[in-house]
Amino acid sequence: MPEQLLFAMEVTLNGLMAGVLYALVALGFVLIFKASGIFNYAQGVMALFAALTLVGIQQGQVPFAHLINAIFGTEVHHFPWQVPSLIAIVLAAAVMVLFAYLVEKYILQHLIGQPDIILFMATIGLAYFMEGFGDIMWGSDIKKLDVGLPQGMNMAIDEATYNWLGYGFFIDNLDIVATIVAAVLVTCLVIFSQYTKQGRALRAVADDHSAALSVGISLRFIWVLVWSIAGFVALVAGIMWGAKSGVQFSLSLIALKALPVLMLGGFTSIPGAIIGGLIIGVGEQLFEFAIGPMIGGATQNWFAYVLALIFLIFRPQGLFGEKIIERV
Amino acid sequence: MFYREAGDFKTSYRDDNQTFPIRLDRMGYYILMFVAFLVVPFFINDYWVNAVFVPFLIYAIAALGLNILTGYAGQVSLGTGGFMAVGAYACYKLMTGFPEVSIVIHILLAGGITAVVGVAFGLPSLRIKGFYLAVATLAAQFFLVWLFNKVPWFYNYSASGQITAPERSVFGVMVTGPNTEAWAKYMICLVFVVALAWVARNLTRGMMGRKWMGIRDMDIAAEIIGVNPLMAKMSAFAVSSFFVGIAGALFFSVYLGAAEASEAFGINKSFLILFMVIIGGLGSIFGSFAGAAFMVLMPVFLKNVLVGGLGWPTDLAAHFEFMIVGGLIVLFLIVEPHGLAQLWRLTKEKLRLWPFPH
Repeated sequence: MPEQLLFAMEVTLNGLMAGVLYALVALGFVLIFKASGIFNYAQGVMALFAALTLVGIQQGQVPFAHLINAIFGTEVHHFPWQVPSLIAIVLAAAVMVLFAYLVEKYILQHLIGQPDIILFMATIGLAYFMEGFGDIMWGSDIKKLDVGLPQGMNMAIDEATYNWLGYGFFIDNLDIVATIVAAVLVTCLVIFSQYTKQGRALRAVADDHSAALSVGISLRFIWVLVWSIAGFVALVAGIMWGAKSGVQFSLSLIALKALPVLMLGGFTSIPGAIIGGLIIGVGEQLFEFAIGPMIGGATQNWFAYVLALIFLIFRPQGLFGEKIIERV
Repeated sequence: MFYREAGDFKTSYRDDNQTFPIRLDRMGYYILMFVAFLVVPFFINDYWVNAVFVPFLIYAIAALGLNILTGYAGQVSLGTGGFMAVGAYACYKLMTGFPEVSIVIHILLAGGITAVVGVAFGLPSLRIKGFYLAVATLAAQFFLVWLFNKVPWFYNYSASGQITAPERSVFGVMVTGPNTEAWAKYMICLVFVVALAWVARNLTRGMMGRKWMGIRDMDIAAEIIGVNPLMAKMSAFAVSSFFVGIAGALFFSVYLGAAEASEAFGINKSFLILFMVIIGGLGSIFGSFAGAAFMVLMPVFLKNVLVGGLGWPTDLAAHFEFMIVGGLIVLFLIVEPHGLAQLWRLTKEKLRLWPFPH
């Protein structure tokens, strides 16, 4: 087989894996958009905040240490203990649930009935707030996240492809884990929304707010629930991205990458988020591989957006979005 | 009592159609112009110009531009930073390519070039609406910044990848370059702001502005009563980009002096200007100024209080600033979704009745 083709195959595989990570972030967007019609810009910052919290709890950091030191002139940094990964994850998830509750109580509840654009702006404000808050709480240095996930090149795949094709593919173990975790997560979400009472309520709210209210579903509870789930999805995404590239500010920028994924897949479709993520992941890797060197490289910065833009001109509601019907 | 229109009789259509129909408003405007043109330049120093006045004036132009697009025509854009970059790089290429032509013409032409780019990226708005469009404008933001970083022609093959403003003068007074006097920077920005605000005010209250607002309120209904959505949306994108391009050109040539695309015109700039428009008030000229003033003054104020007053480390203060900006935006949206402009309207209403409310 020609070498170029093999490279392209490897790039495609790695693109698929990267796409899974995009899809994980996009998933959180879709959940909130479906249930409350809110385009939650803060999803990426939620992932950052969740990962920061996880690392902070795990390493026994004192929250707001910098602030306390600055005000009282003390020198506190760490508690004398470390928390095992699993417990830290559970605690971080609990923090995200608390966060969901506070967001609902102090922001969303006051903005019911406002135009969509106002709600969108509010989530941008929330994103800024969370960014500053996360940094004040846990410090802004780049942190290493280690919850015991396997990392590095997968030897088995390398060997198998070497024996078969004469060229070993480089696949990161972490990407494989991420793919499995994403699959499990989506399966759990589908089971939850199809077979549980709360899941049915959630789908009812997504379908029609006022009809759901009239049959006695508590909108407030559903919103807290869906923001909690989105927080949990953000935590998972934060763990994966954090393990891959460290917990740092740029993590919140992956949220922006999830936007073209959403546009491609449609704002209201969970399968759309996943397939959109895969298309974007593969597309940008292949484009950078094939055309990038000719025009200066670093095309990943914009390729996803331009692809989504061109795609939208032909299909404005995305791949799986609901048909947009407009009436006067 | 203090603010009233009683006794202010209009005897001709001309009077009725004035920019400021109420006498008190008009007087306030004249006083403001007098102070801005004839008082401030004599008392201004480097710190005030660079920290407050010039950024405020330039951001006010950008906010006016975005307000035309988002507030009046209802098309949300997250590409403002990218369009500012177009203005800046167009101005740079013109300044270095045609050194004998006046910089004022360069800045206006840079606005025109940005308008063309803006229309090109605005074309999808005919098919894409709402959030989808907002995300589509991100394509402009990232693509343009990438383009200016990767194509050396745009920065004249300079080794650092930066663009640096050469020295140019207007009527014999230096306005760009490192040796510019504070008042000259202030004056050139002020002239552009006043001229563009006048244009914006008159465009938005004329036929064009009414078409934009029709499209914003309900595009299908507007189309049915005879507004051409293609022309309305494209003109909104063109005018808005023209403003933003001029803001970008001034930002680079007068304010920064040297710029690098991804640093000076990144996505954060887009959000900053969006915040100005939201906090100031969508669909209001006064709001654009109020929002720009707020977003320029608040960080200066916070920095002075937290770092200067309380002695906190600067990074902590910067994080605090993020929190406060975010918190304030949410608070504003909850308490007063129509922004500072609405607060101003309410204040005027109160002043009209004071001290004898109903």
